[in-house]
Amino acid sequence: MATLEIRDLHVSVDAEGGPREILRGVDLTVKQGETHAIMGPNGSGKSTLAYSLAGHPKYTVTSGSVLLDGENVLEMSVDERSRAGVFLAMQYPVEVPGVSVSNFLRTAATAVRGEAPKLRTWVKEVKEAMAALQMDPAFAERNVNEGFSGGEKKRHEILQLELLKPKIAILDETDSGLDVDALRIVSEGINRVRSTGEVGTLLVTHYTRILRYIQPDYVHVFAGGRIVESGGAELADKLENEGYEAYVKGGASE
Amino acid sequence: MADVQNTSGATTAGSIEVGTTGAGDKLAGPGTGRATVQQPIDARVAVKPSFDVNDFPLPTGREEDWRFTPMHRLGGLHDGTAAAAARAGEGTDKIELALPDGVTAETVGRDDARLGKAGTPVDRVAAQAFSAFAQALVVTVPKETVLTEPVKIDVHGEGGVRFAHVVIEVKPFAEAVVVLNHTGSGTRAANVELLVGDGAKLTFVSVQDWERDAVYTAQQSALVGRDASLKSVVVTFGGDLVRIHPRVRYAGPGGEAELFGLYFADAGQHLEHRLIIDHDTPHCRSNVVYKGALQGQDAHAVWVGDVLIRAAAEGTDTYEHNRNLVLTDGARVDSIPNLEIETGEIVGAGHASATGRFDDEQLFYLQARGIPADEARRLVVRGFFAELVQQIGVAEIQDHLMEKIEAELEAAVG
Repeated sequence: MATLEIRDLHVSVDAEGGPREILRGVDLTVKQGETHAIMGPNGSGKSTLAYSLAGHPKYTVTSGSVLLDGENVLEMSVDERSRAGVFLAMQYPVEVPGVSVSNFLRTAATAVRGEAPKLRTWVKEVKEAMAALQMDPAFAERNVNEGFSGGEKKRHEILQLELLKPKIAILDETDSGLDVDALRIVSEGINRVRSTGEVGTLLVTHYTRILRYIQPDYVHVFAGGRIVESGGAELADKLENEGYEAYVKGGASE
Repeated sequence: MADVQNTSGATTAGSIEVGTTGAGDKLAGPGTGRATVQQPIDARVAVKPSFDVNDFPLPTGREEDWRFTPMHRLGGLHDGTAAAAARAGEGTDKIELALPDGVTAETVGRDDARLGKAGTPVDRVAAQAFSAFAQALVVTVPKETVLTEPVKIDVHGEGGVRFAHVVIEVKPFAEAVVVLNHTGSGTRAANVELLVGDGAKLTFVSVQDWERDAVYTAQQSALVGRDASLKSVVVTFGGDLVRIHPRVRYAGPGGEAELFGLYFADAGQHLEHRLIIDHDTPHCRSNVVYKGALQGQDAHAVWVGDVLIRAAAEGTDTYEHNRNLVLTDGARVDSIPNLEIETGEIVGAGHASATGRFDDEQLFYLQARGIPADEARRLVVRGFFAELVQQIGVAEIQDHLMEKIEAELEAAVG
């Protein structure tokens, strides 16, 4: 069973006047089949956690470890992490001019699966996955994220999640900027992937809204660069009613 | 009824320098509040063309037409020293022709009546080429002949200085694809004339695949007949300094010109494409798409697109577009679209220029989907050019170009 183990993770970014520490000792274990919601106020470092796990060059890990099934993730390049089974659905997916969605998906699937998917079954697979996310087939011929609406970008991220079948899915504010319909469609996509029982999900979010569609097994409150409280789904209800004020005032955040 | 778009997007990042000089204020004519037009295009079309090199002053590099060109790397093509070298002993080219049935090729002297019909040299280097070439090549596709195979002119430079003149005449209602392919080394200046007869169709592909040390300049003058269509494809990969100047005029209404260009500048290369479409005839169309990629220190691409719609050219429909993809630090792009409109009675006119870089965020996004960095870069560049290459419409050429692009990437990404 795939397991992601984050131990005492410290991460800095370069800022004017030297490195600034954003993550200050994160401990978290995510197992296949589990869904963990990471919730926290703006600036708490939860997106930094997501991007650090994927290996974004902006972030420097200063100490701690991240293991995926015992393998040291921090020693892997960005693409190696992806091929090892770590997937990051981004909050702000990047435009890639000149590269069509269909070409991109096939190239990614080939890289992640280690061989080119058989064309006939691949076309069917993509078509079905797109239909399930209520995406127009013409979408496949557009350039990656170019001119996509906010909702289209997020559907496209979840489409990749469905096709690339990672061991660990990190969803960074996938719910932000979505209207209710889009949120439902995107959540259904995430739930389809979860229902396979083969993915561990790390759902990074500011709002409790998405948790009405996606039932987490664990909820972690993130503040001041680390997890300050963990609990079950009921913790989300508490946050819904009380907000993050207690955690921010508690001095966990600067 | 005039649909005038004037979009000029430029992304400046890192060490990319983007010139879109006055791209937003070049419009002149009705509705612009400018009665008199004193703009670069006018200056350029007003230059008195001449076949005689002595009619042009020695360019210093400060002139509008030459301001981006590193004159010291022109191999003396502009100051007479190259011509003197050629007089002392002209360099040689190995020329191979593939002529489908019916097509003729002749070698003629400068007094041949077919020379100079499509256009006259407009700058000192082109005039130098005309003044100094030994013999001209005239390729003729007879009337109503529809070719199924391309005409191929392979020029392989074997060093030295040489001046060339090529005339391609496609007679009325004929259809042809002509590929002028340049390889090898040397210092070369040429005039290429394209005569597209009434109702004829010409796809002209000029490939500059020179060795790294070559210098090549060419004025490519086209005269597009009534209801004729020209598709010009200029592809520049190789050479130290390459400067191509396509010009289009229309001999009658209903003419159509598509000008496609593709260039890939590596470290230290200067690749310059400047074109003029002179709409002086009603109901003609033009569409320009030039795309370039740059990589390496001091890779320099220049694109200047001048479109002039004169008062008489009612019903004109034109659009020009330049896009550049900067792959590494240290490269420089100057992209300048100019559009001047002297009549409001047109179908449409627009231009756009955009220069962007393949940035770390794109790389991260693609890598985060398992795609290794070098493959990610290839994916982006291939996609960038494929869109344009597919519009050439000649499978053999399309395949060859995509292979060349792959090779450029291979060399770069290494």
